[in-house]
Amino acid sequence: MLALVLRRLWQGAISILGASVIIFVISRLSGDPVVMLVPPDAPPSLIAEIRTQYGLDQPLVWQYLLFVGHALSGDFGNSYRWQMPALKLILDRLPATIQLAACGLLFSVALAVPIGVLSAVHRGGWIDRIGRIFAMLGQAMPAFWVGLLLILVFAVQLNWLPAFGHGTPAHVVLPAIALGWYPVAAQTRIVRSAMLDVLDSDHIRLSRALGTPERLIVWKYALRNAAVPLLTMLGVYFAAMLGGAFVVETIFAWPGVGRTVVEAVFSRDFPVVQAGVLFTSILFVLSNLLVDLSYGLVDPRIRDVR
Amino acid sequence: MSASALPARRIPWAALRRLPWLPLLVLGAVGIAAIGGEAISPHDPNGLDLSASFKPPAWQDGGSWDYPLGADNLGRDILSRIMAGCGVSVIVAFYAILFSGSIGALAGMVAGYFGGRVDAVLMRLIEIQQSVPSIALALILAAAMEPGLSTVVIVIVLTYWAWYARIIRGEIMALKGRDYIAFARTAGVSTPVIFRRHLLPNIFNTLVVLGTLQVGQVILFEASLSFLGLGIQQPDISWGLMLSDARQYITNAWWGITMPGIAIMLTCLSANVFGDWLRDRLDPQMRQL
Repeated sequence: MLALVLRRLWQGAISILGASVIIFVISRLSGDPVVMLVPPDAPPSLIAEIRTQYGLDQPLVWQYLLFVGHALSGDFGNSYRWQMPALKLILDRLPATIQLAACGLLFSVALAVPIGVLSAVHRGGWIDRIGRIFAMLGQAMPAFWVGLLLILVFAVQLNWLPAFGHGTPAHVVLPAIALGWYPVAAQTRIVRSAMLDVLDSDHIRLSRALGTPERLIVWKYALRNAAVPLLTMLGVYFAAMLGGAFVVETIFAWPGVGRTVVEAVFSRDFPVVQAGVLFTSILFVLSNLLVDLSYGLVDPRIRDVR
Repeated sequence: MSASALPARRIPWAALRRLPWLPLLVLGAVGIAAIGGEAISPHDPNGLDLSASFKPPAWQDGGSWDYPLGADNLGRDILSRIMAGCGVSVIVAFYAILFSGSIGALAGMVAGYFGGRVDAVLMRLIEIQQSVPSIALALILAAAMEPGLSTVVIVIVLTYWAWYARIIRGEIMALKGRDYIAFARTAGVSTPVIFRRHLLPNIFNTLVVLGTLQVGQVILFEASLSFLGLGIQQPDISWGLMLSDARQYITNAWWGITMPGIAIMLTCLSANVFGDWLRDRLDPQMRQL
């Protein structure tokens, strides 16, 4: 197990390093990076100072190493719009994003598990069919449009829930639904097929033969086993939520990392964009790492491979 | 993996009858609107008419069949704009799928065929690429470059080539062990010819299926980017951009944010249903996708 953990950690570190290369290369694509690191009206002395401070008169490889060095010590430069370190800005906004992603995940799982279980139990029945239509629709609707429709119906027409802002539990409802909508389809499919497998297994047949109530069999014995594939995938879905948060936070004016980065793109606040994207990538890699490790925890056979 | 079925020579009427007609109809309509452009749209999609501002859809009070799906804040006909948006969706989908498919297929073929170090490098590259969320990649690209159609295509290609590469690599690894490849190699057939004549035809079905299944995702991605203001720019028309415009008038005009979204949904739905159908016909082993 330790070997597996170490190997995955090593691979994760390589991926994050790779992500930093991508971010570095792209940020150098548009020419002189100093232009992006200083306000548009910066005096020449400031430009020269930053050029030496960031080593931009050095060879490119050395520049990359400097970029990584600065990043490792938490220095992504100052946001010139907010007049504070970019990393601090991102870290300040991070809890709101994690809160939203967690609520979105909760919503999708709370919907996917019952639909998946009932679809498997009544295979081919009306719940199964409705579930499938629901899944096809879900995969054809972009998150931002779901968000707009939710605002239109529940905030504008019915006036039940707030459309913008952050603070009370009511504020998180609509953004969480918009964010959690897309993965419901895939999660339902995972639960359904796992349930079909488990319901067909010997220990369930034995329970049936022993006269255990069907409700207990389905919701306790079978679901406990069928939930494993979904549980191990939760990290992947959490990572996907982080990506979706860029759009959903923008619609609902949610004060998270995603909206901050989108706004930074428009104000050409490059340090914030770099810090935000690298930070999201790190969270992304970490979530996927947890998934890989949870496989090992759940299934001892994977632990000893290689 | 089993060999692909021999192509049937006679016209398969029974199969034709089971074609997914409804999705094909929608995709056909999108295609016609894209090709026809302004020549067949009822109004100039960018034509302003302030007297028609916020005109509701025809079936509502105050609506008229002159503007079947209503008009936006500047009195531009929503139906004409949706039709104009088809063009952008088709162009983005075409280039994005062409480039990501070709690059991914080539990388997957090379890695699968040669194996060893080439393969290891490719797999690492795929892993690294997947460590940056695609929308974040789009944001940083948009910050560094001018947003626009080509940026959208570049982002999609950067995101999806790995998807093709991974699947094609697996298929090639299974194929290269076959006797006829070994025979060809012994007979002195050059590697490019083996690729073109013996490997490519065998992965062609997979490529077609992957490409079709990608259409819906490309359309969603383009819409999201344009909605954020990082994709297609005014005065070009895209469904995502229309939704972004209509968003501030959400209290005045429900049709402004509903109609373009329905266009996105119907197109994606049709592409996905058609892709599923094609996969079941051409490449049943890929049901897992």
